Amino acid sequence: MAKRSYTKTPMKEQAPEIRNQNFSEVALGYSLEEGQLEASRCLQCKNAPCIQNCPVMIDIPGFIKQIEEGDMAAASEILSKYTNLPAICGRVCPQEKQCEMVCRLGQSKKFEPVAIGKLERLVADWALQQPIEPLAISHDKGKVAVIGSGPSGLTAAGDLAKLGYEVTIFEALHMPGGVLTYGIPEFRLPKAIVSKEIERIQATGVTIETNVVVGKTITMEEIMADFDACYLSVGAGAPNFMGIPGTSLNGVYSSSEYLTRINLMKGYEFPTYDTPVQKSKNVVVIGGGNVAMDAARSAKRLGAENVSIIYRRSREELPAREEEYHHSVEEGINYHWLSNPIEYLNDGTGKLTAVKCVKMELGEPDESGRRRPQVIPGSEFIVEADTAIEAIGQGANRVLLDTFPELQLNRWGYIDADPATGATSIPGVFAGGDIVTGAATVILAMGAGKVAATQIDQYIQTKKAEVTV
Amino acid sequence: MFKIVKKTELNPIEFEIYVEAPRIAQKAKAGQFVILRINEHGERIPLTVVDTDVEKGLVRLIFQVIGKSTAELATLTAGESLADLVGPLGKATDIENYGSVLLVGGGVGIAALFPIVKALKEAGNHVITVLGAKNKDLMILADECGQYSDELILMTDDGSLGQKGLVTDAMKEVFAKETIDMAWAIGPSVMMKFCTLTAEAAGVPIYVSLNPIMVDGTGMCGGCRVTVDNQIKFACVDGPEFLGAGVDWDEFVNRMGQYRNEETVANEDYEKKVTQHG
Ligand SMILES: Cc1cc2nc3c(=O)[nH]c(=O)nc-3n(C[C@H](O)[C@H](O)[C@H](O)COP(=O)(O)OP(=O)(O)OC[C@H]3O[C@@H](n4cnc5c(N)ncnc54)[C@H](O)[C@@H]3O)c2cc1C
Ligand SMILES: Cc1cc2nc3c(=O)[nH]c(=O)nc-3n(C[C@H](O)[C@H](O)[C@H](O)COP(=O)(O)OP(=O)(O)OC[C@H]3O[C@@H](n4cnc5c(N)ncnc54)[C@H](O)[C@@H]3O)c2cc1C
Ligand code: SF4
Ligand code: FES
Repeated sequence: MAKRSYTKTPMKEQAPEIRNQNFSEVALGYSLEEGQLEASRCLQCKNAPCIQNCPVMIDIPGFIKQIEEGDMAAASEILSKYTNLPAICGRVCPQEKQCEMVCRLGQSKKFEPVAIGKLERLVADWALQQPIEPLAISHDKGKVAVIGSGPSGLTAAGDLAKLGYEVTIFEALHMPGGVLTYGIPEFRLPKAIVSKEIERIQATGVTIETNVVVGKTITMEEIMADFDACYLSVGAGAPNFMGIPGTSLNGVYSSSEYLTRINLMKGYEFPTYDTPVQKSKNVVVIGGGNVAMDAARSAKRLGAENVSIIYRRSREELPAREEEYHHSVEEGINYHWLSNPIEYLNDGTGKLTAVKCVKMELGEPDESGRRRPQVIPGSEFIVEADTAIEAIGQGANRVLLDTFPELQLNRWGYIDADPATGATSIPGVFAGGDIVTGAATVILAMGAGKVAATQIDQYIQTKKAEVTV
Repeated sequence: MFKIVKKTELNPIEFEIYVEAPRIAQKAKAGQFVILRINEHGERIPLTVVDTDVEKGLVRLIFQVIGKSTAELATLTAGESLADLVGPLGKATDIENYGSVLLVGGGVGIAALFPIVKALKEAGNHVITVLGAKNKDLMILADECGQYSDELILMTDDGSLGQKGLVTDAMKEVFAKETIDMAWAIGPSVMMKFCTLTAEAAGVPIYVSLNPIMVDGTGMCGGCRVTVDNQIKFACVDGPEFLGAGVDWDEFVNRMGQYRNEETVANEDYEKKVTQHG
């Protein structure tokens, strides 16, 4: 066998100066040969640590072995035991903080970890090319409602359908997918891939009803009367604003609005699509997570000349995926580290003209162990901007919660659910994903969906057993 | 898909449609709205639920053609369908027996006012309604509002129907002769602003129904944010009704103009397509 390469097999990408003008996917995927080469780097560890650090515990060496042998069907078979959305996870999971962080190969100084995410993507993309066959199982074990069609709801629904339940997903928007559809842009996660993975979940017998806002179009009471159990996975979609002076000037957006206009409404194809997105010259994005990266890179693609990210901590604390940070730098996004906006300035006609910021320094660590940023007095500076996008995090959406006061919430306004089971304060009502944890990750939302599916199955079967006794 | 079962041209710029949406028909209350998307390329636009027919599962909508989407909506005929319709959204009007109430509607805002007039009358209020329009042809729902009002005052800019003048003139007359316990005004933002000032001068609390630009309508984007009592509110979930006295009107009017350039582009693009394809 050839000598193991020290580095990951590179994946082809669109060149930065070309891709920052279009919304097509940046990373182009492995060929089978490239995948086999990468797969051959895996040590096939016993007690593989990568599995332990994957939130849904995929048999990683197992599927990698099948790639190496060129048996994509077998590799795909293994993946599908653990995940309903592999093409998505392969693309958006923060692997460097999960499976790849503990990969034994990567622990030796010389070697990079196995590119587990890229291999997962290879198998999943192969699987999406295969014809979809409707699953031949009867759905007679009971009826379950899933509220919200993000990764958490989709995962729970798929698993419950496979277990023999009749599952209906209710989704408020006109398209399913949650953040996968309205938040994460096309250039990272093509919507055709999201649709195909959703179609595969529908093929297990799941029904998706869009344009249904639970709490408004139908009530929780009706759901609890019509279904044996339900799973609340409504996400944390309500944008927070910092509330600094000038927040209501034209040109100031929440990242949610900016990205929804672009992704869900296809604003980047305006006027072919009817929803407009403002054209900008100088864009400032506030925040340091994936959301900030996505907003900044989208703004660049819409033709902005200067796009900068303002982040109150330093490079080391940046919470975004490593790969997206690198991509953003390659695409010409500027960074103002240790900076924080304090005011949006008005051009005199109600439009944004600049953002006033201050410099920060890192003080003592706070309860979370991160060093708390503090303002450096007298450090004001001005960044010219006709568009500012706040990507400082989201909170719980109140639309459903306000109509369901019996449901217990925690002190941050998220649903109080047992992390081990997803059970809430109300029997038969389970919850998971961002609405329980606050804004987190796709894979954690999926993990919660998997747990809830098993628990809902147990709950319904126990209840039925009690009735027959 | 949501089928349009009936369509009427009320006048050259305003249209009425009845759309099949049984769930929405069953739940909608006065003051609430829907968001619709005409087709796969469409934007999401908010329209007030004017009335419902629970038995037939119908929702009644009235709209004014002001830009691309409403122009395209006006071309649809009975039998055709909307791609998406979601609702009822927003908080319902607080309907109770206040005593004497004054309701003021202007232009297409009358469509949003009518369900409130009806509900307040049914709740036992003494209802005085003032409706304003540019001229006789553009006055909508006058008969229906009249049916649920103890007193109906019509105002037109040119005097072609009712009295000549502004709705605020009529409000002042009402305040001079009656004690009003609660008031509502729905119409163009400038009208609602001046109705608020007029009611304030008479010491009467007044609700207005704000119509900012919206995207999702479910509290997930903040595009519809307005400042009320110095706090950021999302009109789609916290409203659309607010007490007029707390509204930052200048900011509200300014934010309505955000997409003027893009809206013109969309409209011109649409007109070009229409003329090319006949
Ligand atoms: C821009 C952006 C980029 C991100 N990038 C990454 C990334 O690279 N990697 C990663 O791991 N994570 C990323 N995340 C985080 C990740 O997307 C979320 O953690 C995940 O989507 C949460 O899943 P969920 O199913 O809990 O909720 P969501 O995906 O938020 O889905 C909730 C769904 O519920 C619907 N809903 C809400 N209320 C109701 C109601 N009353 N009735 C009916 N339906 C309702 C919503 O419309 C929505 O479709 C990103 C998030 C954003 C916003
Ligand atoms: C809660 C709510 C309820 C509404 N109810 C009704 C109703 O019952 N009947 C009705 O005719 N209209 C109603 N509207 C207004 C309606 O949504 C807009 O007229 C419509 O979105 C315009 O779309 P367009 O593409 O045709 O015009 P655009 O091309 O989007 O806009 C054309 C012009 O209208 C202005 N404009 C944009 N959005 C709005 C808006 N929301 N309100 C007023 N002017 C706007 C723009 O600044 C622009 O100058 C309501 C709005 C809200 C928020
Ligand atoms: S830890 Fe790394 S080398 Fe070991 S099995 Fe997992 S992927 Fe392969
Ligand atoms: S329209 Fe998006 S929050 Fe109101």
